[in-house]
Amino acid sequence: MNITELFKKLAPASHNNATTVKRLGWLNRFGPLLALLLVYGFFALLNARIVTFMALETIIQQSVIVGVAALGMTMVIISAGIDLSAGSIIAMSSVVVALLIQSLGLSPILAVLGCLLVAAMLGFINGMLITRLRMVPFIVTLGMMLAVRGFAKGLARGMPVNVEPTWLNELLATLPPDQKWLLIPPGGWLMLFLAVIIAGFLRYTPLGRHIYAVGSNEQTARLCGVDVERVKQFVYAAAGAFAGLAGIMLTSYQEQGDPTGAVGMELDIIAAVVIGGGSLSGGEGSILGSLVGAIIMTVIRTGSQLNGWPTWVTQVVTGVVIIIAVVVDRLRHRHLA
Amino acid sequence: MAEPSVNMHSPQSPRLEMRRITKHFGATVALSQVDFSVAAGEVHALVGENGAGKSTLMKVLSGAHQPDEGTMYLDGQSFVPRSPLDARHEQVAMIYQELSLAPHLSVEENILLGMEPTNKWGLVRWEEVRARTLETLAQFGHAEIEPQRRAGDLPVSARQLVEIARALAVGCRVLILDEPTSSLSREDIERLFEIIKKLKEQGLSIIYISHFLEEVQRIADRVTVLLDGTVVKTCDISTVTPGEIVQMMVGRTVEELYPRSTRTPGETALMIENLGGNKMPESASLTLYRGEVLGIFGLVGAGRTELLRAIFGIDPVRQGQIRIGTITGPASPKARWRQGVGMLSEDRQEEGLALDLSLAENITLSRLKGLGPLGLVLPQHQQRATQRWVEGLDIHCLTSVQKVVELSGGNQQKVALARLLQHDVDVLLLDEPTRGIDVAAKAKIYQVIDELASGTGTTGRKPKAVLMISSYLPELLGVCDRVAVMHRGRLCEARPVKDLDEHQLMLAATGESGVA
Repeated sequence: MNITELFKKLAPASHNNATTVKRLGWLNRFGPLLALLLVYGFFALLNARIVTFMALETIIQQSVIVGVAALGMTMVIISAGIDLSAGSIIAMSSVVVALLIQSLGLSPILAVLGCLLVAAMLGFINGMLITRLRMVPFIVTLGMMLAVRGFAKGLARGMPVNVEPTWLNELLATLPPDQKWLLIPPGGWLMLFLAVIIAGFLRYTPLGRHIYAVGSNEQTARLCGVDVERVKQFVYAAAGAFAGLAGIMLTSYQEQGDPTGAVGMELDIIAAVVIGGGSLSGGEGSILGSLVGAIIMTVIRTGSQLNGWPTWVTQVVTGVVIIIAVVVDRLRHRHLA
Repeated sequence: MAEPSVNMHSPQSPRLEMRRITKHFGATVALSQVDFSVAAGEVHALVGENGAGKSTLMKVLSGAHQPDEGTMYLDGQSFVPRSPLDARHEQVAMIYQELSLAPHLSVEENILLGMEPTNKWGLVRWEEVRARTLETLAQFGHAEIEPQRRAGDLPVSARQLVEIARALAVGCRVLILDEPTSSLSREDIERLFEIIKKLKEQGLSIIYISHFLEEVQRIADRVTVLLDGTVVKTCDISTVTPGEIVQMMVGRTVEELYPRSTRTPGETALMIENLGGNKMPESASLTLYRGEVLGIFGLVGAGRTELLRAIFGIDPVRQGQIRIGTITGPASPKARWRQGVGMLSEDRQEEGLALDLSLAENITLSRLKGLGPLGLVLPQHQQRATQRWVEGLDIHCLTSVQKVVELSGGNQQKVALARLLQHDVDVLLLDEPTRGIDVAAKAKIYQVIDELASGTGTTGRKPKAVLMISSYLPELLGVCDRVAVMHRGRLCEARPVKDLDEHQLMLAATGESGVA
């Protein structure tokens, strides 16, 4: 049985009644979660160590940076855009937060706010270039990717910026024994909290609905009185801010601001969104899906390491999973259309 | 219908015969037991409302669809095209409504595309391409089209000729013309008719699909009327009047199709003066009152759509005044919605609807306020609001969270219209509200327009103002109270429909006489 037939079995005759539509809706929403369980189960069969609390903690710990940035990227992708500068903004923020603490001696909380502001500004510039100059997001953010990376290196003079430990470093640190009741590091909880907020924002607020409308059909949105430019502006600024937060997490994790960190991470972030059901043609994507997408990639990496597989295998498996995710998505659409 | 009626045009067995063609799409029956035939040297008109099955029938003939039942014969031989390419090899060619030339290639490259003559090295023999192009173009008296010109640079009428030339260059027994005149000027239509006559004399069989019954009467020998996938009648064109054809096409009387409650014009809802856009419109003035339906007629490219878009703030305004109620001046679509103006786009696929979103999202998109506490949008509220219009407009769907792309054209259009009703606008700008939809959906939309203008029915008690663009004259005369004609960016004064007829409007639209 080929995969198309399999899919037909899973989702029979969608046009016949309302319950199949509901069932498909369920499949759409929880498809990525199902995939996560499959991947996780697969590695669990190979090596039971992946089901320990410690492994779980590690998986979340390593998913947070991509996951947080994916919150912003999800909004960008839903609006039918793309942000290739995410990785560079992460590095930039990592450097900025370190410098603010180390060189300017700001308190961590002020440093975090300042850093988020800088990152949001960078995203805002993306948005300005895209909406005012009517440039293609791919090109604008590709340019920004290089420019911001350059600035980050310049700021840090090409060297990592060391930071003295503060409470910031506990965001992604492995939990000390007396705090094991937290289950996952505070940064993980922060990510989940923000995810709930953003998911609610996307689903229940006019601006959130407008992001979907702009991505699904920009002309329709404009016809319906949606301020398309403002929506895009918001989306890129938000993506910048979330990349900024991811950068802070990176500094927290590595205990230094790293101008050469997160190279190519924008692709991991985009992959997380796509695995989670986001469509690069816009109008689709979910926060839950994107987080699950980020976690799936970490599970593959962690699982491979636990089994002692070489890195190249991990990369091949991750690549294949991304392609499968997109293929399944295509099939699902073909079936519904 | 299988036995040929008294027909001097088919002395022998027909060139093409389609017998008992049936085609299903899922649960819908697109064609049911359709018999259709064309003789050599005959022009056979195929008419019917949208969704009647004309294009499905032609797609079966041109190999794009395979019939579920039925047989076809071409010059007595069994004809089973598996693909459009197959049909082309059998010399059955279709000229589509949307022209399908490659705009970056030259005329000659287009004409011989896919069958370029080559020499023994596999290189294209350009002299022969040129010669055959010139020969074909000369064959129907259009030697003035230069073979080297880029197809995209030609005017629409010339591009159509190139398409026909392409069909002839390959050799052609049956030529299908799908709405060939919809984007042509009157002059070009005459020239096309000359060509059709010439081709007919050469013994070609021509299937002519058109909405314009006048044309059908002039050019066709026989006519077949389709309704809901079945043949209502096939007969000699001389034995029926256009009125009878219309009746057969819609399957109901004109009064049933265009209801007309008492409408009383009230206060001014929209006034524009000397309005001009970037290119179009040049200058337009009109006054629209509550409680009336004002129609705008014109050819494609006359600037009607641009006028509506300028009023609605999508396109920039160059000059002139727009007054909505008491508010003057141009505005954005957002401001227009707030002022109680809504627009239905002519292009529901590209602009009117977000096809991948649900009915509920589409219907509530222009006004997300009031769908939950604290400015939040609650899906249950969206769905409840939608349910009202699903029932009120008789939208056939499974649930209100279904994606709009899964609905039929008529139901999609109802969704697009429901957005204006849900927003409860006072001024409705409707651009081709019934384009490409089936008769039942049309009838429903006419009914809703009447209810809006008269303030009856489910759409609210206060009469609304409706400004409606259409290219379909019977519809304008049936639905509107007044009609204004637009010609080359200029809008003539609106006149009551009782003083107008189709002929006058057509003349005015082509600039041959001003209705003013």
